[in-house]
Amino acid sequence: MLLKGNVHKYGDHVDTDVIIPARYLTSSEPTFLAAHCMEDIDEGFVNKVKKGDIIVAGRNFGCGSSREHAPIAIVAAGVSCVIAESFARIFFRNAINIGLPVLECPAAAKAIKNGDELGVDLATGTVTNLSTKETWQASAFPGFMQELIDMGGLVNYTKKQLSSK
Amino acid sequence: MLDNKAAKPMTMSQKILARHAGLPQVEAGELIQCKVDMALGNDVTTPPAIKEFRRLGTTKVFDQKKIAIVPDHFTPNKDIATATQVKMIREFVREFGIVNFFEVGEMGVEHALLPEKGLVKPGDLVIGADSHTCTYGALGAFSTGIGSTDLAAAWATGIAWFKVPEAIKVILKGKLNPHVRGKDVMLHLIGIIGVDGALYQSIEFFGEGLDCLTLEDRLSMANMAIEAGGKNAIFPAGAEACAYAKERAGSCGIVEVADPDAVYVREIVIDLADVPLTVAFPHLPENTHDIEDAFAQKISIDQVVIGSCTNGRIEDMRVAAELLKGHKIHPRVRAIIIPATQEVWLKCVNEGLMNIFVEAGAAVSTPTCGPCLGGHMGILAEGERAVATTNRNFVGRMGHPKSEVYLASPAVAAASAISGIICGPQHLQK
Repeated sequence: MLLKGNVHKYGDHVDTDVIIPARYLTSSEPTFLAAHCMEDIDEGFVNKVKKGDIIVAGRNFGCGSSREHAPIAIVAAGVSCVIAESFARIFFRNAINIGLPVLECPAAAKAIKNGDELGVDLATGTVTNLSTKETWQASAFPGFMQELIDMGGLVNYTKKQLSSK
Repeated sequence: MLDNKAAKPMTMSQKILARHAGLPQVEAGELIQCKVDMALGNDVTTPPAIKEFRRLGTTKVFDQKKIAIVPDHFTPNKDIATATQVKMIREFVREFGIVNFFEVGEMGVEHALLPEKGLVKPGDLVIGADSHTCTYGALGAFSTGIGSTDLAAAWATGIAWFKVPEAIKVILKGKLNPHVRGKDVMLHLIGIIGVDGALYQSIEFFGEGLDCLTLEDRLSMANMAIEAGGKNAIFPAGAEACAYAKERAGSCGIVEVADPDAVYVREIVIDLADVPLTVAFPHLPENTHDIEDAFAQKISIDQVVIGSCTNGRIEDMRVAAELLKGHKIHPRVRAIIIPATQEVWLKCVNEGLMNIFVEAGAAVSTPTCGPCLGGHMGILAEGERAVATTNRNFVGRMGHPKSEVYLASPAVAAASAISGIICGPQHLQK
């Protein structure tokens, strides 16, 4: 799948408390969560994000809480994928499970600037900066994880497991 | 003839994972499917898990006794929205016959509650839709945080997938100085390795220094493994953990010992005598300062919180009471003390700690995660500053995005509550 969107760039250790503050965990409705996505780190995010846009960040993106509300809020805000130098493990897992593409690519994450236009080929893991014409190759997913992604997330995978019993 | 393929040495964490995957051995990086002994959710993460569980279309859970649901974050419910979420949980619990559901009045902060209720023992594999699920490594269990969809899948199948982690070996030597506790050791370690210093890895503790760490010290240390990005932390189950599990869970479970030649990607030696009372400044747990440095900065505070899954246990309450006895909370400070479970609360009553807290001018709350995550029961306004025995000091963690949280042990929190500035017990006027 080919994605295209503008970049919202952040630094290291973007935690789940700023992705979706706990004061909004009174609901798990995606549209409600999306309305407050990134509020404590980038107040204007919700108004400027457009469908298909891409978040690019530094190290340890999504650190902290296990709240799945964080990737849910990002998806519901319209973000098509997140590229980072590295991801916190629970966030990474949650993103794969709910079908938010997450690409680990330190070189791209360092070089890409706020507002750049990116093209991402999810099938090959190729990231292209359409503004500067640079390209990078993101780390491939291990086989099992690719299977989860291809099936559309953990619920579909588990359904198959249950029905084959 | 025996299989002549040489057995690969394994860490404690890898041994527990291998056993639960039904494999003789596992290697770092391998993706495996494991049976889980307990799958935990709270009032924030369970509602999305229930939605995903219902999408699976199954009519039963894998084991009614191996699921724990603890509504502790926004309870006793703070508003209609959170009351509605817990109502949804109660209906699910009744429909599927979940045994280990803990209602207000019986409920405690989940990671203090589960060991107390005997739901975790050495050698177990526990997953929880709460990042601090790593706490149970103190008992020699492999336990780690996952999300709501993972939880839903595990409730249906009893299985979760894992990438076998590499591990960091932390060797503890020597003895702790007076007032220094497990919390200080863990903040000190996070200060050394950073908030992603153990990303995707296990933190395994060894060394003769373990002898001076109580089970409660170890629980507060394992609890904060996630603050270094760790998948889990684990201590070899010692005599105290074993006795505790026998008393609470009816068995000491399976005590796993790391193979002598197990591979560790990094080794860190900490002489406990070198660990100071440690404070993590905003806005990352790795921003650690020793207490003398913090004291020298004369940082005035508005609130102190003593409680949470990190430091809301009886030893924490005793430390706080010992310092608060005969003192008054500084007039500019609100001190909020939250015993983590009903059992801890009752002990505080029976040991006379409650009198000390109230006479000092502290507010004592029923068990809840409350202020730790900026939920309720002590939210900070713009520009306010708190010292908390909790585990995170991210932007906005306890309230307004322009408020600040300083993480510390109960001794530092209690001393700071008295003086109104961040300090240790040694800085209080006699």
